[in-house]
Amino acid sequence: MNKNLSTTAPLVITAVTIATVLFPEGAAAHLVTTGMGAVYDNIGHLFLTPEDLIPAIAVGLYAGLRGKAIGRQTLFIFPLAWLIGSIAGFVATSLPVLPLQMLSFLLVGGLIAADLHLNDKAIAILVILVGAMHGLYNGVTLDVRQGASGFFLIPCVLFVLIAITSALTISLRPAWARVVIRVMGSWIAAVGLLMFGWMAKGVLTIVTG
Amino acid sequence: MIGNNRYLNAVTCLMALIGYLLFAPSVHAHVQQGQAVSFITGLEHPWSGLDHVLAMIAVGIWGAQLGTPAIWILPITFPLVMSLGAMFGLLGIPLPGIEIGIAVSAIVLGIMVMGEINPKLNVAVALVGCFAIFHGHAHGTELPPGQSGLLYSMGFVVATGCLHGVGIAIGIIHRWPFGKLVLRGSGACISAMGIFFLWQAVV
Repeated sequence: MNKNLSTTAPLVITAVTIATVLFPEGAAAHLVTTGMGAVYDNIGHLFLTPEDLIPAIAVGLYAGLRGKAIGRQTLFIFPLAWLIGSIAGFVATSLPVLPLQMLSFLLVGGLIAADLHLNDKAIAILVILVGAMHGLYNGVTLDVRQGASGFFLIPCVLFVLIAITSALTISLRPAWARVVIRVMGSWIAAVGLLMFGWMAKGVLTIVTG
Repeated sequence: MIGNNRYLNAVTCLMALIGYLLFAPSVHAHVQQGQAVSFITGLEHPWSGLDHVLAMIAVGIWGAQLGTPAIWILPITFPLVMSLGAMFGLLGIPLPGIEIGIAVSAIVLGIMVMGEINPKLNVAVALVGCFAIFHGHAHGTELPPGQSGLLYSMGFVVATGCLHGVGIAIGIIHRWPFGKLVLRGSGACISAMGIFFLWQAVV
C-alpha cells in the first residue's frame, strides 16, 4: 500500500503542477496596477521621489544644525507649508515647469555645506518656501481617488522625517559628525547644480532645435 | 526505493520548473523602470576613468596630510566646483584642453602629496577647485540616453565623494612615520601616472 502511494504521489504532484502552469490566471499582484492603498502609496510616493525626499531631508539636517528651537519650529512649519502648498496645487491643476525643485537642492544644500547662521525669521521663511513649493508641485499631480488622505499623509510622513533627521543632527556631539552633515549638504548642492545643467541643456536643445 | 523517490522528486521539480519557464508571463513588477540603473550608472562612472580616480584619491590624501580644516574643506569644494564644471559643459561652454587639464591635475596633486606641501588653505582650495572644473566638464555631461538625470547626478556625486573618502581613509596612515613615507610614495606614483595621461592626451 505504502509502496503504491510513494509511486503515485509524485505523479499526481507532477500532473497538478503541469496543469497549474498550463492555465495560469492573471495574478494582478503588481504594485503598478494595484497600488498599496492610500496610506502606503503616499508614504511610498515620498520615499520613491528623490526630487522631494532629498530637499525634505536637507531641511531637517539644516534645522538640526541650527539647534533645538529651530528644529522644533521646522517640525511643524515644514509639513504645514507642504500641506497648504499641496491644496493650492490641487486647486491650480496645472503649473509652469520651473527649476524650483533644483533650486531647493542648491539653496538648502549650500546652507548646510556652509553651516550658515541665518536669523530665525529667515530660516522660517526659507522652510515655508521650500515646503510650500514642493507641496504645490505634488498637489498638481495628486490622485483625486485618494481623497483627503492624499493631502494629509505626506505632511504626516514629513513630520516624522523632519523629527528624525533634525533630532539626529542635534544629537551629534563630535565635530567630525557635523562635518559629515556638511559634506552631505555639499553633495546635495552639487546635485542641484548638475540638475540645473541638465535642465538648461534641455531648454537649449529645444530652442536651437 | 529511497533512491527512486529522490529521482522522481528531482524529475518532478525539474518538470515543474521547465513548465513554469515555458509559460511564464512578463511580470512588469518594477515601479519605475530605469531608475536604479541611472543611479548605478552615475555611481560607476567616476570609477571608470583611472585619471579621475587618482585625482580624487589624491585630493583625499592631501586633505588628510594637511589636517583640519583642509581634510573636509577640500572634499566639499571638489564636488561642488566639479558640478559647476559639468554645468558649463551641459550649457555648451567650451573648455580647451580638458584632457590635458585632468592629466595636469593628477601630476600637481601627486606632487602636493609627494612633497607634503602645505600652502595656505585658500591656495589649496583654489587649486583643487580649478582642477575640479576640468573633471566636471569631462565627466558630468555623459548621461546615457533614457536615464534619470537626477539619479545619475546623485550617483555621480556620491561616487566622487566616496573616492575622496578612500583617499582620506588611506591618509590615516599619515600619523605613523612609515605611513608618511608610503603616502609620499603614493604621491610620486600618482604624479607618474599623471605624466603618462599627459603624454596620452598630447600625442
